[in-house]
Amino acid sequence: MNLRLAGVTKRYGAGAAVDGLDLTFASGKTTALLGPSGCGKSTVLRLLVALVTPDAGQVEADGRPLPAHDIEALRRRIGYVIQDGGLFPHLTAAGNVTLMARHLGWDAARIAARLEELRALTRFPADGLTRYPNELSGGQVQRVAIMRGLLLDPEVLLLDEPLSALDPLVRAELRDDLRAIFRSLGKTVIIVTHDVGEAAHLADVVVLMRDGRVVQQGPMATLAATPADPFVAAFLATGNGVPAVTEPQR
Amino acid sequence: MTDARAAIVALACLSACTSSGGGPRVTVASKAFTESVILGEVAAALARGAGADVEHRRQLGGTEIVFRALETGAVDVYPEYTGTLTLEILRAEMTGTSGGRTLADVLTAHGLRATRALGFHNNYGIAMTEARAAALGIRRISDLRAHPELRVVLSNEVMSRADGWPGLRAAYALPQAARGMDHDLAYRAIAGGAADVTDVYTTDAEIRAHGLRVLDDDRRFFAAYEALFVYRADLATRAPAVVAAIARLEGRVDNAAMIALNARAKLDHVPESEVAADFLTTHIGGAVTPAARERVLATIAARATEHTAMVALSLLAAIAVAVPLGIVAARRPRLGRVVVGVAGLLQTVPSLALLVLLIPVVGIGSPPAVAALFLYGLLPIVRNTHAGLVGIPESLRVSARALGLPSAARLRLVELPLAMPTIVAGIKTSAVIAVGTATVGALVGAGGFGQPILTGIRLNDFGLILQGALPAAAMAVGLESLLAAVERRVVPRGLRPPAA
Repeated sequence: MNLRLAGVTKRYGAGAAVDGLDLTFASGKTTALLGPSGCGKSTVLRLLVALVTPDAGQVEADGRPLPAHDIEALRRRIGYVIQDGGLFPHLTAAGNVTLMARHLGWDAARIAARLEELRALTRFPADGLTRYPNELSGGQVQRVAIMRGLLLDPEVLLLDEPLSALDPLVRAELRDDLRAIFRSLGKTVIIVTHDVGEAAHLADVVVLMRDGRVVQQGPMATLAATPADPFVAAFLATGNGVPAVTEPQR
Repeated sequence: MTDARAAIVALACLSACTSSGGGPRVTVASKAFTESVILGEVAAALARGAGADVEHRRQLGGTEIVFRALETGAVDVYPEYTGTLTLEILRAEMTGTSGGRTLADVLTAHGLRATRALGFHNNYGIAMTEARAAALGIRRISDLRAHPELRVVLSNEVMSRADGWPGLRAAYALPQAARGMDHDLAYRAIAGGAADVTDVYTTDAEIRAHGLRVLDDDRRFFAAYEALFVYRADLATRAPAVVAAIARLEGRVDNAAMIALNARAKLDHVPESEVAADFLTTHIGGAVTPAARERVLATIAARATEHTAMVALSLLAAIAVAVPLGIVAARRPRLGRVVVGVAGLLQTVPSLALLVLLIPVVGIGSPPAVAALFLYGLLPIVRNTHAGLVGIPESLRVSARALGLPSAARLRLVELPLAMPTIVAGIKTSAVIAVGTATVGALVGAGGFGQPILTGIRLNDFGLILQGALPAAAMAVGLESLLAAVERRVVPRGLRPPAA
């Protein structure tokens, strides 16, 4: 699926979260939306699954604007992992992952098989499947959220700061696993991060944003070698030293 | 009758309505004091003797309720007092612009009639102990003027009514100051020598029991409260024999007779039905079959069944209505404020007033009680359903939408389960309120544990009060633990605090 933002502006109150944004996400590539807190990168993800609607411009999937009705069908083709995972506390890990399958009436064998596939892919412990979210570690929560996002084998996977709330060791381990998962699936992946190192490690293409606009995009090496302006150079120089400030949920 | 009303009646009638073939159905009612209950039993026995299929709705909770029930046809006949009719219920019409209308005229306008006076009058009166009155030579109320040292203790009602102490004091220019207290406590005060003068109803059994002298109302201050029966005009055509039988009491019950009857029931603890039957055989004549006496255990079981049915019906109905209302309220905030506001308003209506308002709609017995409990049960459930849904974190709502779940599925699979602990807490609150409030159902003849409480208060019988209060308390506790068990079933483990 090709996803595109064409001249999209979205305002919250006085300021614009994204401001006349033109962006195309290449199919089969991993794109990192990189930038400081409040630069509008999470809003881009919400625009792509129509959780927010643009004030100006339009969002397109495969060259057509997002439908006004039956947005559910589109959302099932896009896996979206929100910040902190957004697991439902009343369901076990397995219950969270397979919720949509049960809603769609899959038979038990198909559900079990898909659950096992995802569990192996995300290297999630088998005995964790029956636990509730409040009994899981932060890294496990993210793995369950990713399993849930991948359940229906979507064409696109969106991840919002999947690593930001984790402590360093868990973070490094999950980061490596994410890269392996992205490589093995070959899907279009869009990951939001404020961490330059993560973006460099995971993404084919980096989109550096500031104040709701794109400052520069391209492979990380290109940005590093030929920064478009002093902000790019300064931001890339922060490396891993940026404190893990998370963007507030809208 | 609307469908909804028919359904409520049908449900609530499960235990209450029994029909037997034969004569016309006649419903006798009485108010929640012993004299009224005795007269109700007398009328019921006479009607039964005249071939009617009689039901006696005993000790309904007050004039408003009984008169409303009579007007709407839920009751056919009950004992009343002229003063109550002309000075309270029908005051506006009696003194209106038309002027000069007789009580009979006004009653006819309501589709009602009255018998002639039964012979006794239950006025307010002023009394002292016989010994003290004799020692001071006091026979008339005006004699009190010469004894400013006398301590006057009055029932609270008389203290405040314009036609009570303030008017009396002015009419007789009495020098004493009065203190107000509960009517029964006032009797104890005067019997124990802590007071000298008190108010009485002139047929109170205590007049004889405490050896009181009722002082002559020589300035005719107190209005006449002559006893009679009021009945629906259609009863005369539907069951003329019943009307004729009850009319046999006209002029046959004097004050001494009524005091004696009250004393047997209230002081000797003889059941009212027996008191009534004995009176009829000795004074009126004719064979009387007293109603069968109930055994205590069977009575408690019947009360428990009535109480449980009231609580269960009203609670289930409240859940069925309040949860959807709460959902609507959560999804449409502006409508939600209205819904929660209206439910809150209902909560503030006093139960007795609510019951009176419901009688024209659903009659008497358990239907108005169930309807009132239902209305009171709405607020906690609506409010908690609303709060539970609104309190779901935004991130979880976003997650559910992002998965591609349609609105109805989000509600069923995510939002309601997450709100469940709060919803169940609201249901628990409603259940406990219902068990307690169901005791007022006895005021409209719904039975339940309120029945023995009401009788116990009326007869000053502490054991009888406990017979109602203890099972009601036990039921509240039992229901709590039952609902706690339900809660463990319906609240997912992930929403409970993790095990220590």
